[in-house]
Amino acid sequence: MSVMTHEETEALIQEVLEVYPETAKADRAKHLTANDQEVEQSKKCITSNRKSLPGVMTVRGCAYAGSKGVVWGPIKDMIHISHGPVGCGQYSRAGRRNYYVGSTGINTFGTMNFTSDFQEKDIVFGGDKKLEQMIMEMNQLFPLNKGITVQSECPIGLIGDDIEAVSKRTAKELEKPVVPVRCEGFRGVSQSLGHHIANDAIRDWILDARDNDNSFESTPYDVTIIGDYNIGGDAWASRTLLEEMGLRVIAQWSGDGTLAEMENTPKAKLNLLHCYRSMNYISRHMEEKYGVPWMEYNFFGPTKIADSLREIAGFFDDKIKAGAERVIEKYQAEYEAVIAKYRPRLEGKKVMLYVGGLRPRHIIGAYEDLGMEVVGTGYEFAHNDDYDRTIKEMGNATLIYDDVTGYEFEEFVKRIKPDLIGSGIKEKYIFQKMGIPFRQMHSWDYSGPYHGYDGFAIFARDMDMTLNNPCWNKIKAPWLQAEESETATAAAA
Amino acid sequence: MPNVMIRAKNNGKLLFYIAKKDQEDEIESVETDTEEAWGGVVNLTDGSQYYIDPISPKPKFPTTLRFKRV
Ligand code: SF4
Repeated sequence: MSVMTHEETEALIQEVLEVYPETAKADRAKHLTANDQEVEQSKKCITSNRKSLPGVMTVRGCAYAGSKGVVWGPIKDMIHISHGPVGCGQYSRAGRRNYYVGSTGINTFGTMNFTSDFQEKDIVFGGDKKLEQMIMEMNQLFPLNKGITVQSECPIGLIGDDIEAVSKRTAKELEKPVVPVRCEGFRGVSQSLGHHIANDAIRDWILDARDNDNSFESTPYDVTIIGDYNIGGDAWASRTLLEEMGLRVIAQWSGDGTLAEMENTPKAKLNLLHCYRSMNYISRHMEEKYGVPWMEYNFFGPTKIADSLREIAGFFDDKIKAGAERVIEKYQAEYEAVIAKYRPRLEGKKVMLYVGGLRPRHIIGAYEDLGMEVVGTGYEFAHNDDYDRTIKEMGNATLIYDDVTGYEFEEFVKRIKPDLIGSGIKEKYIFQKMGIPFRQMHSWDYSGPYHGYDGFAIFARDMDMTLNNPCWNKIKAPWLQAEESETATAAAA
Repeated sequence: MPNVMIRAKNNGKLLFYIAKKDQEDEIESVETDTEEAWGGVVNLTDGSQYYIDPISPKPKFPTTLRFKRV
């Protein structure tokens, strides 16, 4: 395995940037770097959270995607209206695989698409009337909904509809929360601002609903899972571990989450934050206003899980600390068997990642547990504080790319030749056609869960299944393969 | 004049978080840090300096305050 030196990585970056015009080159250069663990502050070596260059291929999403798709969407007992033209909601419907329990269309609405389906006349005359009528109708058709959110798409902000007024009016009439979310897609540079706007909307419209209501009986062991979207059941796999060590999980944000859980969250003793990027805002707010501390944790791979469980237990008494040790011990045989089985098949393989908000750094531990090495990583929409946390996780001189363009990613892959790539659906088929094993790491490629010990077993199996799949030898046509082995033998002779 | 959220880290140090810039830095030293007052010039680990008129009594952290760049 060839590990690149710092100079080689820098040279590679320069080489790839060569094709750009001067200004574009200067701009993109700031987003690419060779990792240097010495650097304490990422802003010294990488620029992030900036507008993408016009003309390049970016895989970022929009603010609406960050709010409706990520933060609000999984709250299962509320109806989330995609307010605006039909496409934004329809093309993203149910794509994120946020699992939940409930009867869809009766008391849960996760995989359904509600949209106000804007037409020309709504753009010209405004859509407030339509929205109001729609909310009333929806409540009649789906009376068991606990609340409604209005997720604005681009045109709403452009034509200046007053969704706040409609929301206030209808909320009064229905006696349910109706939350206007100003997450028009054009806001900000990526979905990241959508997360922030969604967090702020939760803060302003939901979180204080039960401030003076003490009917919820809290215990000293109440925690919440924040920033886990239950992709393929992730939050469930995390929850069981926490409950086994003696804690009580009173809320899941927002995978398989409910409105009541969110309202009760300020009553928790500790907020456990998995995806820092999308929910640090609300965690900070709760710490300031309600004094609920928060802690980042990582449930990918046994090493990180054990670290996190111990750190979580550190906030509680000896009973929980003993519980954490018990849980780690209980699963030890299980995960050791997983490692014994898959490590020999995966040892030394190189991985490149390019995902969203937490996985580019969180999953590294899980790969390392399997003896694999992450040689390049990057985020679509991270900020400085994410890179601060990434630099320590990544090896020296490895490649770090922010908001990487389609072209750059392909060139990096051609040169670094990783054995596996983990990224999204838009990248999947390009790299598979290049003959490189690929896992879609946003939705776990229709698999999962990957969190927790149970998830690790599935993760290891999936990586093996992808990497050691016999199909990768069949990429070349048989007659071309024969030619190649002939020249190889000729060369060897 | 950025709005800054200050919170106590697990290691006892104070964390200086500027939401607008997503910047997280530890506070190295504070000019006045007694029970009666907290504030003055604040030095961060990255070398930058901020100023706030001393607040009395010392505020409870976490809290959001308005600082001036020095
Ligand atoms: S950018 Fe605007 S139009 Fe496009 S998906 Fe987002 S909200 Fe819809």
